[in-house]
Amino acid sequence: MNKVYDVIVIGAGSVGLPAAKSLADSGLKVAVIDNQASPGQKNAKKAIGGIRATHSDYGKIKISQRSIEIFSQMEKDYGFDIGWMSNGYSFPAYNKKDEKMLKDLMNIQHSFGLNIKWISPREYNKLVPGINMEGLLGSTYSPDDGSASPLLAANAYYFICKKLGVDFYFDETVTGINLKNGEITTDIGKYTVNYVINAAGNQAAEIGKMVGLELPVKPDCHEAAITEPVQRFFEPMVVDMRPAKGSKNYYFYQNNEGQVVFCITPDPPILGTCSESTSVYFPQVAQRMVKLYPRLANLKIRRSWRGQYPMTPDGFPIVGFPEGMKNYFNLVGMCGQGFMLGPGLGELTTRCITDNKREDDDRILASFVLKRDFSGLEAFK
Amino acid sequence: MIGNRIRQHPILPVAERSQITFYWNNQPLQAEKGEMIATALFANGIKVFGHHHKDGSALGIFCANGQCAKCTVIANGKPVKSCMTPLKENMIVESVEGLPILPEADNEPKMHDIEEIATDVLIIGGGPAGLSAGLQLAKYGISAILVDDKNELGGKLVLQTHKFFGSVVDSYAGTRGIDIGKLLSEEISQTKEIETWTNSTAIYVFHDQKVGILKDGEYKIVQPKLVLNTAGAREKFLRFAGNTLGGIYGAGAFQTLVNRDLVRPTQRLFIIGGGNVGLIAGYHALQAGIEVVGLVEAMPQCGGYKVHADKLQRLGVPIYTSHTIISAGGDEVVKSITIAEITDKFEVIKGTEKSFACDTILIAVGLEPVSEFTQAAERAGLTVFSAGDASEIAEASSAMFNGKILGVKVARFLGADAPEIPQAWYEKATILKSHPGEVLDPVYTDAHEGVMPIVHCRQEIPCNPCSTICPTNSIHLYGDPIMGLPYFDGKCVGCGECVRICPGLAITIVDYRENNSHPLVTIPYEVGNIPVEVGTKVPAVDIKGDLLGMMEVAKVLKKHKTKTQLIKLKVPHDLARKVAGIRIQDEAVSAPLPEVILSKKLDDDAMVCLCERVTAGEIRKLIRQGITDLNQIKAITRAGMGPCGAKTCDSLIRQLMRQEGISADKIIANTKRPAFVEVPLGIYAGAEGGDDE
Repeated sequence: MNKVYDVIVIGAGSVGLPAAKSLADSGLKVAVIDNQASPGQKNAKKAIGGIRATHSDYGKIKISQRSIEIFSQMEKDYGFDIGWMSNGYSFPAYNKKDEKMLKDLMNIQHSFGLNIKWISPREYNKLVPGINMEGLLGSTYSPDDGSASPLLAANAYYFICKKLGVDFYFDETVTGINLKNGEITTDIGKYTVNYVINAAGNQAAEIGKMVGLELPVKPDCHEAAITEPVQRFFEPMVVDMRPAKGSKNYYFYQNNEGQVVFCITPDPPILGTCSESTSVYFPQVAQRMVKLYPRLANLKIRRSWRGQYPMTPDGFPIVGFPEGMKNYFNLVGMCGQGFMLGPGLGELTTRCITDNKREDDDRILASFVLKRDFSGLEAFK
Repeated sequence: MIGNRIRQHPILPVAERSQITFYWNNQPLQAEKGEMIATALFANGIKVFGHHHKDGSALGIFCANGQCAKCTVIANGKPVKSCMTPLKENMIVESVEGLPILPEADNEPKMHDIEEIATDVLIIGGGPAGLSAGLQLAKYGISAILVDDKNELGGKLVLQTHKFFGSVVDSYAGTRGIDIGKLLSEEISQTKEIETWTNSTAIYVFHDQKVGILKDGEYKIVQPKLVLNTAGAREKFLRFAGNTLGGIYGAGAFQTLVNRDLVRPTQRLFIIGGGNVGLIAGYHALQAGIEVVGLVEAMPQCGGYKVHADKLQRLGVPIYTSHTIISAGGDEVVKSITIAEITDKFEVIKGTEKSFACDTILIAVGLEPVSEFTQAAERAGLTVFSAGDASEIAEASSAMFNGKILGVKVARFLGADAPEIPQAWYEKATILKSHPGEVLDPVYTDAHEGVMPIVHCRQEIPCNPCSTICPTNSIHLYGDPIMGLPYFDGKCVGCGECVRICPGLAITIVDYRENNSHPLVTIPYEVGNIPVEVGTKVPAVDIKGDLLGMMEVAKVLKKHKTKTQLIKLKVPHDLARKVAGIRIQDEAVSAPLPEVILSKKLDDDAMVCLCERVTAGEIRKLIRQGITDLNQIKAITRAGMGPCGAKTCDSLIRQLMRQEGISADKIIANTKRPAFVEVPLGIYAGAEGGDDE
């Protein structure tokens, strides 16, 4: 006999878990199906943990602002220490073009009320002592942005969900969805539901196909690593936007354990979902980081990993009921920002499904609608 | 109290080395040139190198093998692993109290691109298996790079002062491990095909089929056609209350300090585990002048060779079988151990607890293969073979022979004109790794005249030197030419060669010719650090160490090149064939404390992840919530996220799961990721002038 739920979330990752939590909060009977053995085992745990609201677009800004509120209150509200730190983000500029772009963007960000400012090289050297001053023109600094542990956050959501009565089906792969009779088939069983939420990360397009949708979500690979812990020596996330041979931007921060975590974007992109590390990464990222911040030379790398950004062509997620569909909801194409968007999007999803949309929700959803031309580009992804 | 430096050793040469000065927390200290920082600290009696940033517990030596980071100190401002970092003149060494401070560096260093080197074969690990494989490759003209993380080739052979078992023809049986190590490394260095890289740690076999190597502080990328994983094994750890105290570490670390560095890290030692590793460590300790208080083994019989266990017991070390460790006592470092008897279901029998004073507890509870290079290469689609402990845990003699087979196999695989491997080799390989057989009762013949060897060896093990060396070919093996039990049948000339070569020290010679009522019994002696003088009376024991009486020393033969001394005792006629050795350790050493010390700590307080300080209780709680994915346990508790890379806690967590009734197929393994050891960013970046020189 089919198991019956109000909502089934496909994917127990950084987006699926908060969505399940929020849906269960609203009183719905929720289940989560994931093809991994436990929560947050795919890209969720590959994220390095940065959380910023300082984007370029209304939807992302609003959603991330809410995520920051939720993350920063997690310990107070639910008793889970997820390692939240309000350590801020910084985008240093080493050329006029970047400086102008960042400053122009700041105007937009200010118009949305974000706390971000331009600081001088000298001030920046106080925040990141020992950063390469040669050619440094200044940096943005947004102190309200922060970081948390994606591993702890995923498990905090998992435990909260369990308490709220959410059922989890791990090691189970969805093989078919019939929206007419509300049936989900997996390699193990069958479910009857009112709503299906696609939060399948890398597998978003496959799930989309099961309901007749072409979702333009293609994962590409990014490599990350973490160092040994040392005493805190710099404050914010540092994002070096400059491209170099073989890579685009990279970014790093010191987490609440004292470990420096970093990630680089390969150029050209490495498509696919292979999560095995190559020999290219260590020398590539190390040369760039030591050049930017010589002090890092003595810091030991402990471990590295590779994960994917489920990318859309324009760098914006795809969220919402697709046109003409009432019982299927997209929560896909996070483009590497699932961790920081997840909690805010989870609540938005619930408001959509329970028909409790707020005034500005349609404006937010407008940025993420499936039916768009995808030709625009996020200012910085 | 004796000093911390071993100035005299019955087996190992003690070289005079020049002294240098260094500073430990501002205090000037002396060290020997060329030794590791950890060694110098131990030589100065310093065993606590810092305190953990999470709970303030003492940190010090643990693996002495570069695998963990518990021995981290600050050397000239930089956090380094003290067991792998050579001490330099005037070096300023400081303890790590909490998290270290990353030194400042304002100038961008000069950086160069990382060199990539192509080779036919990359051999990871220059121990018995890797060296033997390399020699065969060279023989058939295959070129290879052999990397080893130590400054000297030989792997664990360089720590083995005892004579090896196995077969004389195939694996140097009867020769001491240290000497075999030297022989093999010399042979390797004479080949032109094998390029050896010492001080070179393999970092990872990457998915693009390239292997990162940290070579003498520089990062290199090797691109091999084929990888041989001969990286050996790592030691398992044990869960018990107080297992985080300073002075609790593996037998490998102990042997490194004692036999490689000639430093006495302890005065009073207790050993957990009666496999060969634990038994041999006890023997090494006695040779280094260390008191061995006792050894516990959970099974009713030691898993190691009986001859090893007998050697220890004869010298006066009690072995407590069907016993386990309950707890270790002490504030910061070990001061006592409490053990108890257990049932065949491993339940502690109340009332059998005993406590002993000791300052160090060695954990020798088994090994597990360093298999990650094999797994990563397989995932990358790179051809990989393995031999020695990296493939299957067995004796070094087996590693050598299997390495040899693998070398020929790989040469053939790569198209060299090498002969087909004879079936007999595979059969011999199986014999060399066979477990010891059951113990048989001693049989003493009736003969009471002339001269003859008495073979006390009563357990089938792969070993044959006695039968090989006898000049009159009078020692034979029952059945199998390696595994069979030896027996004497023929003519004995009383030369003593069999007594000298027997790795188990299980042969004596009884000579009735001069005095039939008090024949002379020749026994082997390898603890010359405790001299025996002619004319004195010594406590003579039987093969298992039971006291037979005080016997007069009639003769002490001069030291022989094998370093096994022969001693002749004057023994009453009816005991002559039973005498097998001399007790050297006083019974008082092994006496339990008058009162049992029961720890206030529970099993739940036992540390499972020493790096991140995660207790058994924390993990048990998660298991009881139904969590069986090691990755999820890691995500929640950080167990396995520390510097050792889950090398210690992985098996402890699996053990906890089994105890909680989780079947092995339900347990999801930790995902293995780069890198094998921690490496500074500057080294990956090819930064120059990173060193102080």
